Amino acid sequence: MVFSTYAYGKKTWLLVFARMVTIAWSLFTAVSFAESPRYMPVMPDYDLVFPKDYGSHQGFRIEWWYVTGWLETPDEKPLGFQVTFFRYATDHDSENPSRFAPKHLIIAHLALSDPAVGKLLHEEKTARESFDLAYARQGNTDVKLDDWTFVRVADGSYEVEMQGSNIGLKLSLKPTQPILLQGGDGFSRKGPEPEQASYYYSEPHLQVAGTVFRHGKSVTVSGSAWLDHEWSSDILDPNADGWDWVGANLDDGSALMAFQIRLKKGGKLWAYAALRDAAGHVTLFEPEQVEFTPQRTWRSPHTDAVYPVEMRIRTGETEWLLTPLFDDQELDSRQSTAAVYWEGAVTLSRDGQPAGRGYLELTGYFRPLDM
Amino acid sequence: MDHGLIFRWLLFGEWRSHLLQAVVVITAIALGVALGYAIHLINTAAYNEFSAATKNLTGQSDLQVRGTQAMFDERLYPALMARDDVVTANPVLELDVVVSAKQTERSDNKLKILGIDLFRAMEISPDLIGMPAEGKPLDGLSDDAIFLSPAAMEWLQVKQDESLQLRVGTQTINFRVAGGLVRSRAGQRIAVMDIATAQWRFQHLGLLSRIELKLAEGVNHAAFKTKLTQELGEYYRVTESADQETRVNNMSRAYRVNLNMLALVALFTGAFLVFSSQALSVIRRRHQFALLRVLGLTRRELLQQILSEGAVLGVVGSLLGLALGYVTAFIALQYFGGDLGSGFFKGVQPALFFSVSSAAIFFLLGLGVTLLGSAVPAWEAANANTAPALKSGSEEMALKRLARPWPALLCLGLAGLFVLMPPIFDLPVFGYLAIALLLIGGIALMPYISTLFFSMASTWNNTRIYNVIAALTLARLANASNQASIALGGVLASFSLMVAMAIMVTSFRESVDDWLEQVLPADIYVQLAASGDQGGFQLPQQEAIAAIPGVSRYDFSRFIKLTLDPGRPEITLIARPIDATDPRNTLPIIGNTVEPGLLTDDVIPIWVSEAMVDLYNFTVGKQVRLPLRTAGPDTPQFIVAGVWRDYGRQFGAIQMQLSDYQLLSNDLNVNTAALWLQTGTTAEQLMASLKNLSFGGALDITQSSDIRTLSLEIFDRSFAVTYLLEAVAVVIGLLGVAASFSAQALARTKEFGMLRHIGVMRRQVLRMLAAEGGLLTVLGVILGFVIGWGISLILVFVVNPQSFHWTMQLHLPWSWLAIVALVMVVLAGLTALIAGRHAVSGNAIRAVREDW
Repeated sequence: MVFSTYAYGKKTWLLVFARMVTIAWSLFTAVSFAESPRYMPVMPDYDLVFPKDYGSHQGFRIEWWYVTGWLETPDEKPLGFQVTFFRYATDHDSENPSRFAPKHLIIAHLALSDPAVGKLLHEEKTARESFDLAYARQGNTDVKLDDWTFVRVADGSYEVEMQGSNIGLKLSLKPTQPILLQGGDGFSRKGPEPEQASYYYSEPHLQVAGTVFRHGKSVTVSGSAWLDHEWSSDILDPNADGWDWVGANLDDGSALMAFQIRLKKGGKLWAYAALRDAAGHVTLFEPEQVEFTPQRTWRSPHTDAVYPVEMRIRTGETEWLLTPLFDDQELDSRQSTAAVYWEGAVTLSRDGQPAGRGYLELTGYFRPLDM
Repeated sequence: MDHGLIFRWLLFGEWRSHLLQAVVVITAIALGVALGYAIHLINTAAYNEFSAATKNLTGQSDLQVRGTQAMFDERLYPALMARDDVVTANPVLELDVVVSAKQTERSDNKLKILGIDLFRAMEISPDLIGMPAEGKPLDGLSDDAIFLSPAAMEWLQVKQDESLQLRVGTQTINFRVAGGLVRSRAGQRIAVMDIATAQWRFQHLGLLSRIELKLAEGVNHAAFKTKLTQELGEYYRVTESADQETRVNNMSRAYRVNLNMLALVALFTGAFLVFSSQALSVIRRRHQFALLRVLGLTRRELLQQILSEGAVLGVVGSLLGLALGYVTAFIALQYFGGDLGSGFFKGVQPALFFSVSSAAIFFLLGLGVTLLGSAVPAWEAANANTAPALKSGSEEMALKRLARPWPALLCLGLAGLFVLMPPIFDLPVFGYLAIALLLIGGIALMPYISTLFFSMASTWNNTRIYNVIAALTLARLANASNQASIALGGVLASFSLMVAMAIMVTSFRESVDDWLEQVLPADIYVQLAASGDQGGFQLPQQEAIAAIPGVSRYDFSRFIKLTLDPGRPEITLIARPIDATDPRNTLPIIGNTVEPGLLTDDVIPIWVSEAMVDLYNFTVGKQVRLPLRTAGPDTPQFIVAGVWRDYGRQFGAIQMQLSDYQLLSNDLNVNTAALWLQTGTTAEQLMASLKNLSFGGALDITQSSDIRTLSLEIFDRSFAVTYLLEAVAVVIGLLGVAASFSAQALARTKEFGMLRHIGVMRRQVLRMLAAEGGLLTVLGVILGFVIGWGISLILVFVVNPQSFHWTMQLHLPWSWLAIVALVMVVLAGLTALIAGRHAVSGNAIRAVREDW
């Protein structure tokens, strides 16, 4: 999923910081990292162990907890939300005994998709892991960035609290289904090379209750969300150009996740899809069984980038049509990260019938992406 | 009658015949205004830039938290960050670190380095975030990257991706120049790196210099400041930007005000010159004015006429002065920076800023001074009785009024009173007023004194010597001394001020020299490249130094910065061994001390500099607290055991026993070692052994004689501007002499014609003129010396202690004064002679015929 951008959109001084954030972004795009050997590689045949693997994996370069979902306000209006907490390991000397030593960064991102507003509202924060002001704890999901927190509590639900200058939320996410290990055992390949992989599990159909704040006003919300937890040291192929990803909670209790990684020269480098039905039966699809076909494009008036906001996805024999909640769910942060992508709430139909709701992510469509 | 026509006739007529005088007046005003304006522009530009640069370092925070010492425990940072009323806390570690490549440039080898957390700095001081190279976005967090301001890059001669060596204690550390600080101020030499890197590499683990706070919306700043100050206790200071501005202002205010006052001296001297020139011009045209009055010109119109003439000169002079001042300031800033040798605004590259109001002020000053100089002569001319004024020889009559001694004595009396007044806002306002009054009074007394003096000389000559020339000269001087005295007004003013400055600077320099001898008793001083409070010699290094053969005695000292008042610059705490039985052996003590026997064990003796007494009221015998962090739980009580003289630290310094300090703080590091040579060992041998120590390469070794030389060089440099100001004042004064003598000589053409008629040779007339000039100048020089000496007393004993909080002993530069006096007398005599040649060159018959 897409990495955050710096949403302040203020001055050029943010560029620097933002560039740094871009590092994580660049993991997903074309830049291949010359990895320091101290980061652990992602290997197949590893059994994820819980609750340990809910927590942070400091030995890996990058890690994120990502939640998207559809909420409903008391006046029955839909509202999309996206919450991401990243942990990123820097190259700072591990010998540095300073409590400030920025060995890990914690980056958090919050976005709301309200059709009444017609565009994304977002907030962002970054800090070094230090002084218990910001951390990603091992052993269980427990991430903190100043007063933004994301914690997995005793009953297995997640408590998330984020209060930005304009928007904020305080949500409780309660699991209704078991976790879904992507790739069958949590080993998720991202390309033809064996090391192009991550550990990846999802928690679909989280039941959401809480409050959303917008410009000082709060509304009670409820809904359904999708959580991803993924960690890796090296994922993307240098020839990759961007990717399309979708995660959706279907009305019948099943869950769909699909992504494709596109090649710079066109065509797909890799693809994957997993469908778990309400009974818990999982179907995995091979790269050649997964196909993304743009149905309708939208040209951003902000960046001129053209996004396939309406996408047809084929998984095996099934055809899915993705329709956006509204078109302008683009995150434009050229003034800061230079990263521009589309991340928005979508509805799904299966073979022409309404099937469910999810989030679609489209990256690499803003061409002059220069890092 | 056409007023305009008359005005023009009179004005241009006067100028045509006495162009030189008009030029001199305009020049004097222009120079005075230019100097004052230029100094003002430079100081303002430098101060503003310095202030902006200082602000640039702290960003847009609402409040700043600092320790009373340079560094404090970093754990305050998460505590502040966790508060609800704080939105962002931005931790900063600020260090001045020695650059290896510049190590030999002792006075200027440190780079200001700010260790920051860029994620926090973004919110508060975004200008301090470095710009990394393409593809290296994480350099802002790197463990070896440093970002340099353009001025720092230029100074260090390094570019992006090159490496920079910095010195920490005995080590050299390599940094990679990762990029620039594009938003730093021009000339600002700073570097930025990650705070963790700075803490680690510069051995400041666990320490911060300050935390800048951004408060939540709706939090009352003042209330929060009070609350936080209380919570944090006595070892922390919570300040806001206003405090910082006060601090920056306090730092250089005394210097700026005093320099501005000195600059105004030139204008002040100009006022006397205008007065003498206008007075002579009015006297010369006495008949003309009387005639005009008879023909119907009113008093008012005449007054207006003369004042307008002055105003024209004033306007032209002031405008020229403003232009000249601006150009001078521009050139000075381009080539010398805004510092003017004072060291207050080092490394600042200010841009000149034109403000209408300050230009207007200096314009009005110039104009006002000219009008003031013209007022008395104008008033006199307008009020003259027309009938006597039409007669010849009434000139001297006109000036009788000026010879009254009472106003002059009143001025002198007031001056005496003002000397006793305390400073206003830390500035010696009354001291300067006293100087002005002394000058005015002294000069106003000149005609009276010269009459007295020359009458006596004349009587003496007439009864004893019978020299014709002498008789004529003395008779003239004794009976028409007013004109002559007026001629001398300008030069008297400038000479007095020059004498005063010379005495003051000499007193200061000699006192500094004596002081240096007292404070640098050892032969060799050794320092380590220190940064912040850390660094310095640790115990093993101290032992190694002490064990070097050839050292007969050694003293270690520790230097710590302490903030007592957030609105004032830090003071210096010096801990060193002090002779307990008689501190006078160690410190340049002045005044009373608390007898060592009277000290009790529960209070720790400290010796404070004079500034501490003035600024913090640390008087001898007083028990005080110091915000010095101690190792133990109790806060110690200190007693001021004595006051010592300190020319090194204007903002205050405290000395205490090193043993007391170490017991209190548990800090065993020291900054300097003073070494005494054993007989038979040379300084060179000892220096060589020091260099051979394992950490020898990092040592900064100086002989005390070099420190003295360097200190005096710095002293001379900081007074260089004052020398320039003096020179300008003297030139203006001499111009005045030339102008007024030549005017007088011309006015006396009739007199010379008459003398020629009764048989006086031309040569004798000339000799007489030279003698007159010389004698008058001798008297002027004597009087100038007396006034100057008086002024120097005010400078030394009032202005200096009130501005800079230090006292000094009076020293008179006799030989220098004698030379200047001689030069003045010769120049004045020569000027008189040259002026006279012109006057006696005409036809004697025609000259007499003019006398109607």
